[in-house]
Amino acid sequence: MFEYLVKRIATLAPTLLLVSMLIFGLQQLLPGDPAKILAGEEQDPTVVAYLRTKLHLDEPLPLRYAYWAGGVLRGDFGESIRNQQPVLDLILQKLPVTLELALLAFAIALVIGIPAGIVSAIGRGSAWDYAANVFALWGLSTPNFWLGILMILLFSVQLGWLPASGYVSPFEDLRANLAAMIMPAFVLGNAIAAVLMRHTRSAMLQVLSSDYVRTARAKGLNERTVVLKHALRNALTPIITLGALELGTLLSGAVLTEQVFTIPGFGKLIVDAVFNRDYAVVQGVVLVTASAYMLLNLLADLAQFAVNPRLRR
Amino acid sequence: MAAVLPSVVVTPLASEAGPWKRAWRRLKRRRGALIGLAVVLMFVALALFAPWFAPQDPIATSWGAIRKAPSVEHWFGTDEIGRDVFARVVWGTRASLLAGVVSVSISLLLGVPIGLAAGFLGGWVDSVISRVTDAFLACPFLILAIALAAFLGPSLTNAMIAIGVSATPIFVRLTRAQVLNIKVEDYIEAARAVGNPPWRIALRHVLPNVAAPLIVQATLAIAAAVIAEASLSFLGLGQQPPAPSWGSMLNTAKNFIDNAPWMAIWPGLAIFLLVLSFNLLGDGLRDALDPRQR
Repeated sequence: MFEYLVKRIATLAPTLLLVSMLIFGLQQLLPGDPAKILAGEEQDPTVVAYLRTKLHLDEPLPLRYAYWAGGVLRGDFGESIRNQQPVLDLILQKLPVTLELALLAFAIALVIGIPAGIVSAIGRGSAWDYAANVFALWGLSTPNFWLGILMILLFSVQLGWLPASGYVSPFEDLRANLAAMIMPAFVLGNAIAAVLMRHTRSAMLQVLSSDYVRTARAKGLNERTVVLKHALRNALTPIITLGALELGTLLSGAVLTEQVFTIPGFGKLIVDAVFNRDYAVVQGVVLVTASAYMLLNLLADLAQFAVNPRLRR
Repeated sequence: MAAVLPSVVVTPLASEAGPWKRAWRRLKRRRGALIGLAVVLMFVALALFAPWFAPQDPIATSWGAIRKAPSVEHWFGTDEIGRDVFARVVWGTRASLLAGVVSVSISLLLGVPIGLAAGFLGGWVDSVISRVTDAFLACPFLILAIALAAFLGPSLTNAMIAIGVSATPIFVRLTRAQVLNIKVEDYIEAARAVGNPPWRIALRHVLPNVAAPLIVQATLAIAAAVIAEASLSFLGLGQQPPAPSWGSMLNTAKNFIDNAPWMAIWPGLAIFLLVLSFNLLGDGLRDALDPRQR
């Protein structure tokens, strides 16, 4: 197990290096001279010249990458041209907000997706199975920003139960925080619940038809124990692997959800940065998101060891 | 003699057409897939004959008809500057379908040759391609598309390029994995033994045999690309105003949700229906084309 872990972590380093090159390379896509674009409308020659030296634009590409990557390694992601704040500070400010949203969304996805998958696998071909499959298709096909708007229409405009926007920190007022977060978390969790339901269903179907489940039933265990203790435990391994891939959807979806509910998180940061042509912030956010995604996948791999003792050998 | 010959010639041809015909027969039995196909074709017709279905101008403003509720004159109501929502939804089909098809074509054109090269050539080519693919996959799809669209500049064309490039790694992986499975088959060995050059083996013998999973993935990828285009447009990075697009219509509608909810309902429903149909069709195709399902 230890050997596997070392190997797994060792492959992260080259991937991260390539990811950083990819993100740095985005700059090359800018049409025209980056210094002139960053200098804004007036294109003051002194500003252009200052930016050119500051961003090392006169130096060859590999060297510029080395400057940038060196900075990133020291925690220097550059500076926002919008408000002169270090990019890292901006990211660290917004990260907890998105993290809370993502955690709530994932919890909702687990609570809906896994039981729905189990029920649909047990009653294969039944009305429950049919309903769960319709739910999955709905979840996969609904754009989450549209679902968000519809929920605002129902719960904020028509019923007046929940606020349509207005994020409050949980440390200030937990009640108000949850009231503002429950709709976005549901919207974000909905699509992931659909995918989890599908994975759970197919994993459970496979496990339920295996010999040891028949043995467990034959020795007279009640169905509840067979399903939850014997079958589900083994079905969890593929669910975790495939579910981890959905964490990317979670991070992507957060951008749109935050936009709909005006939540001041990571997604709002990158969208605002795009419109302010604040490219250092865009690069910083993408780099942190990619690293977070890779880290979450690593954690999912570790979770495999927790549920599957055979891997620990 | 003459009577015998044709049957000899015809038999292998018939069996060659077999797998696709059989797949079509299996697809026909799946009601969901057929409904999906029908709705997709309906949207294609809407896009092609938009002027006929919606004779009203989708970008003509009318200050006398601002945020009017649905009526006989304006089936889906009007928007914040008096444009007909029905016309905008119908004309918006063009942007969405175009984005779905063009982005996935970009992914296929880039991903399949690269995956073919990785799987077929192996060695260092494979290692380099696989590592770069991993790096792309480490960036969540939409975040990468947003970043690409941000640097390329906001427009429908750039959104399609951004979505296409972001979805490419999936096709590289899929093609590579399929090629690795097929490469060891006897008929490839035989093709090599007769002296076919590697490019000919790759194109004539390997590619047709990886087509089925690619078709399934492409159909599902169109669904994802339609949502991605709507998302980018919603953020202001896709189709630019005043040209109609479902995503940007929703972006505006969000601000008028309390007094003009119809502005939000129809474009969203259109995205939902189009994506749902591609998903249904993709699921059906997977069941019909996957030999393990038999």
